[in-house]
Order: sequence, then structure tokens, then C-alpha cells
Amino acid sequence: MTTEITQIRTPAEKALISLYASEKDRLPGNKAVKALRSQAFAEFERSGLPHRRIESWHYTDLRSQLREAAPLFTAGSSEFEDSLRHVQPKIPEGYALVLLDGTFVPELSDLDELPPGLTVRSLADVLASGDATLVERLAPKGLGTGDPALSLNAALMQGGAVVDIAPGTELAKPLIILSVMSAGAVHAAFHRSLVRVGAGAKLTLFEIVDAVEIGSNQQNGVLVIEMGDGAELEHLTRISRQGADAIIIRSVLATLGANCRYDGFALIADGGLVRRQIFLRFDGEHSAAGIRGLSLLSGKRHADTTLVVDHVVPHCTSREYFKHIIADEATGVYQGKVIVRPHAQKTDGGMKSRALLLSDSASMFNKPELEIFADDVVCGHGATVAQLDDDQLFYLRSRGLPRAEAEQLLLEAFAAEALDSVRDEGARGRLMTYVSDWLAARK
Amino acid sequence: MLEIKNLHVEVEGKKILDGLSLTVKAGEVAAIMGPNGSGKSTLSYVVAGREDYEVTEGEILLEGENILELDPSERAARGLFLAFQYPVEIPGVGTMTFLKSALNAQRKARGEDELQTPELMKRVRAAAKKLEINQDMLKRALNVGFSGGEKKRMEILQMALLEPKLAIMDETDSGLDIDALRVVAQGVNALRAKDRAFLVITHYQRLLNYIKPDTVHVMAGGRIVKTGGPELALELEKNGYRDYVSEAA
Repeated sequence: MTTEITQIRTPAEKALISLYASEKDRLPGNKAVKALRSQAFAEFERSGLPHRRIESWHYTDLRSQLREAAPLFTAGSSEFEDSLRHVQPKIPEGYALVLLDGTFVPELSDLDELPPGLTVRSLADVLASGDATLVERLAPKGLGTGDPALSLNAALMQGGAVVDIAPGTELAKPLIILSVMSAGAVHAAFHRSLVRVGAGAKLTLFEIVDAVEIGSNQQNGVLVIEMGDGAELEHLTRISRQGADAIIIRSVLATLGANCRYDGFALIADGGLVRRQIFLRFDGEHSAAGIRGLSLLSGKRHADTTLVVDHVVPHCTSREYFKHIIADEATGVYQGKVIVRPHAQKTDGGMKSRALLLSDSASMFNKPELEIFADDVVCGHGATVAQLDDDQLFYLRSRGLPRAEAEQLLLEAFAAEALDSVRDEGARGRLMTYVSDWLAARK
Repeated sequence: MLEIKNLHVEVEGKKILDGLSLTVKAGEVAAIMGPNGSGKSTLSYVVAGREDYEVTEGEILLEGENILELDPSERAARGLFLAFQYPVEIPGVGTMTFLKSALNAQRKARGEDELQTPELMKRVRAAAKKLEINQDMLKRALNVGFSGGEKKRMEILQMALLEPKLAIMDETDSGLDIDALRVVAQGVNALRAKDRAFLVITHYQRLLNYIKPDTVHVMAGGRIVKTGGPELALELEKNGYRDYVSEAA
């Protein structure tokens, strides 16, 4: 016997359905893109917002958390034009691409002196031109298929950047993709960017999610990364300066060719409710991926890092290492899945998650998963949840450090170890300053 | 300098210190000897301010001030130093960073100016040289991967830098070979001064050959059961603690 379950739509789901209906003709794209949007939206309508009965979203019940779906500030709207006149984003040194409210804004970006081998286009232009191969690349097959947040993004994507790094190019400065939300009424943004790293190219990519004014905005962003053979990418992310009610969803869809090196590090601090999901697949042999990060959570904030690392070819190495400092009533989530397909022999996979809980009301959910179908592999995982060590605290206090200072020293040490893997020195220094300031501001 | 009056301490309802009284004068080196389980380490932790112990009765006065209500850091700033039996490893915290934070936290608490890095480095290097601590150790995370002897020498280096009024040395000789013991004892002897007191806690008489005490106290059953001069330590080495254990029980 089967039972039909009729889903009751939440107010936010209803609002998203009417949002799509009213925006779909204004969103960029030719006929083929419109078809893609409508197919993606149909998927979203079937699934609804992700909720706790969907396994991969079990600990982040967006359906109950997203109480109201905010409107878009689309390019050309008075809100968008108004904030465009006032916004002056703070950009670190590098080739900066700025997305404002989900729309790529060349005027705010730093495109005048792009070095040879680096090409930047607006997603909206690419969609309008309907370049079929590019459109296909925006949603790589087999990565995150059926994920409701990705479907929603595909249906509503307003803009983004399409970046090509020509084979063999080495960028001297980091490529920065800064996504800011303007001040004003609560609003939402859906953006998708594509970074294609040509064979043998090397660069640091720094993704920053920031705000002009700390607010409760909603962002659903996707970054597609395509690495050619022998490419090296350091991919840094900072999600910060958001209000406690902000909702940030970031998805990374990455494919690696042969002999690639991918090193990721993400700092999540002051993010409201954050879901960061990475779907990474090894398409070529002898590649290595390190996916690392640090979450700093206070108040009732929530950060969910969910990874799916797919070894489909032999001889690849993956390392995941995440740390979490969780205070007050905040919640951390780490879900790491490593899949080793039947032919992916000699895979070397290792995953670790370490959380420090600073209060009795703080929570951490760790869920490492290994799905191994090959027989000649080395894979391991470990997850710990602990509190600050009493012996260490007493030792420091007995030397004259007041409790708060002793805690700060231990927490900085815990955090700094996570940052050790960041190779770009300037970026590492700035990230550590952010971490120290965050820890110092914690009462 | 230190005056402990009728101290009663419990851990999880179990009595560890049972009416302990003890006085250590400025300039004095007092030794406390006692069998395992007599409460020696508890005494050192309680004086330093560890919270896992419940003081049910009594007082601890440092230079006349009752310190029982003070935070461990405030006790340190007032001149108390505990050399740990098992110094704690602190991964990720550089030894120099730690030394600077500790010294400046104490100076700040006393209303003194912070010490600048060059001056601090000078002092640390000088102290390290005397204790045969090589510069590489100072670059590592605090106590991480240090041998037993290195950890103990690092404790003495901290003591030299922090210049306490009262230093409690908890089983400083444990785990030391004879050469390390000599270096550590020399370090301590160099710090002996007429305005500084030492409370040396030890199980064996051996350490007292190197750090000569003025007074020896025998501790058993959670209190001081006998007090005498250096000759008392030699007598204990010969006869053991048997007499005192039965007396306390």
C-alpha cells in the first residue's frame, strides 16, 4: 500500500512560487535558458524547501527556518540603482569582481588592468547570448543533482561572473569574488559564477560574502569551478558580517582534471544561518584536494558544512579538515561524505572535524560518511567535540592570565592551526586578524 | 610571607586536608615531605587557586592578605608561583608568546607598564642560558614535545622571569635525571633572596641535597605532623614515613 502525501506549502514556499512567476520574464537568458529555469523550478516545486526529512539537510531545516522569502533587488530596479550609487565595498588587494545583490557590477569591479590570460564576463550577458556549451557548464552533470537549494538557484539566478583563466596562466594577485548585499529592506539574491582554470594555470581565488550594512538578507550563491589538467587553485572563502537572521547558502560545484591541486579554506563567522555545501569530483587521476575550514559561532547562529567528495578515478587524494568554535546557543554541523567508486583504486582519503563547545547550550552535529566500493584504498575519518581543557586553562591562569585572556589564547591557538594550511600569506594574515577580533569581541 | 591556618579541604566529599597549618617566612626555604596520598599536591593546587577543591574551613594568607577568594591570576599577580609537577602542554601557543602574555598580564594587574618585546627577549635569553635551555625550545609551542627535564627547566625559567615572592615547587625532582636535577636546583638557588620564600614539596630527600632547606615539615593524613631542621629530612630518608603514617591514621 502506498500513501500519497500532499505537501502543505509554507508561506515562504508560496512566496518563492509567486516570486518566480513575477520575475521569470525579467531574469536574464534566451529561450534555452528559460527552459532550464523552468525545469529547475519544477524540481523545486516538487521538493519544496529542504527540510529535516531530506537526509542531506537533516540538521538544517530550511523549511522551518526560512519564514519569509524576501524579494529581489533586480538590476534596474530603483532599490538596486539607489544602492549602486552609495555602495563602496571594501576590497582587499587583487583582481576584484563585485556582485551587488546578486548582479555582477563591472563599475564596482576592478577590471581595468586584468592581466593577459584572465577573461571576465557577466553571467547575465552569457545567459542572454545563450552560449549552449557555457550554459551546460553552469550546472555540471552529476554534481549536487536534485539538491533543492541548487534547483532554486538555477531557476532564479540573477547574475554572476564567468571567469576564464587561460592554460598556463599564473595570477600574481588573488582573484576576488565579493558578494555584497546592499543596505535597506530585507531582500534576497541568487547568483551563480563560473571559474574555469585552464590546464596548468595557477591562482588564488578569494570568495567573500559580506554586507554593506549588517542585515538579515538572504543569499543563495553557487560557484562552479572547472579545473583543467595540472591546474592549481587555492580557493579561500570568508562568510562574515551578517545579521543573526541572515540566511546564506553557498554551493561549490568543482570538477578536477588530472594532476590538479585544489586547496580550499573557508572561514564562517557571523553568518546568521549558513549552509555551505561542496560537491567535488575527481575526473582525472593523480589529483589532490584539501578542503578545510573554520566556523566561529555565537548567539543562536548556525553553520552547516556539507561535503560530497566523489572519487571516480584512481590515484587521487582528498583531505578534509574542519574546526568549529561554538559559543552560547549556536549550532555547528559537519557532514562529510567521501565516495570511492569501484574503479577508484589507490584512493587516499582522510577527514577530520574538531569542535570546541564554549557553553552547555552550544551544539555540534558531526556526520562523517564513507561510501567505499573499491578494495585497495586508504580512507579514515575522525570527529571530536570537546570543551576547553581545564588543565591548560588553570596552567595559564596560574601564570597570571585572567580567565578571559587564557581562553582567548587557547582559542586563537585552536583557530590558528586551521589557518595554517592557507598558503597566500596576505590572506592568511587578514583571516587571522578577523578571527582574533571575533574572539576578542566575544564577551 | 605565607600563613596557612587550620585548612580543611575536600574533593567530592572526601577530606584531603584536615586542619593543616603552616608558616613560611620571607627568605625561607621550607620543604614539605610526606608519603604518597598525604595531600601534598592538593596543598599546592589549593594555594594556587584551582577550583576543583572545596575549602571548608581555614585561611591562606599571602603577606597578610587572605587569598582564598582570589582568582588564580590575581594570586599570581600578587607574587605566587606554582612550579607544576606535570607542566601542561599547550599546542599552538608559542613559548615566547606565552611568556610575554603571562608577564605582561601580571604587570598590568599590578599597574605596571608592559614590557616591550626586545627587553623581554633579553631577559628570556639570559634566563634560558643559565638553565641550559636552547633557543629552539623557545620557538616551539609551550611544553609540546619537551622531555620531562625540559619541562621542569621551563618551569624554572618562568619562575626566573616572573620573579615571584613565594614559589611552590611541586615534586620538581620527579622525572629528572641527576644532571637535570643539578641544573634545576642551581636555577632555584640562584633565585634565593631575602624577600622571596620557597615551599619545596618532595617525596624524596634527594632534591634537598641540592636545594638546602631551612625548615622541613612532615605531612601525613592531610596535616603537618612534625617540623624540624634539615636533619629531619635525613632521618626520613633512613626510617621512611612509617611512624608518621600510623600516627596520622
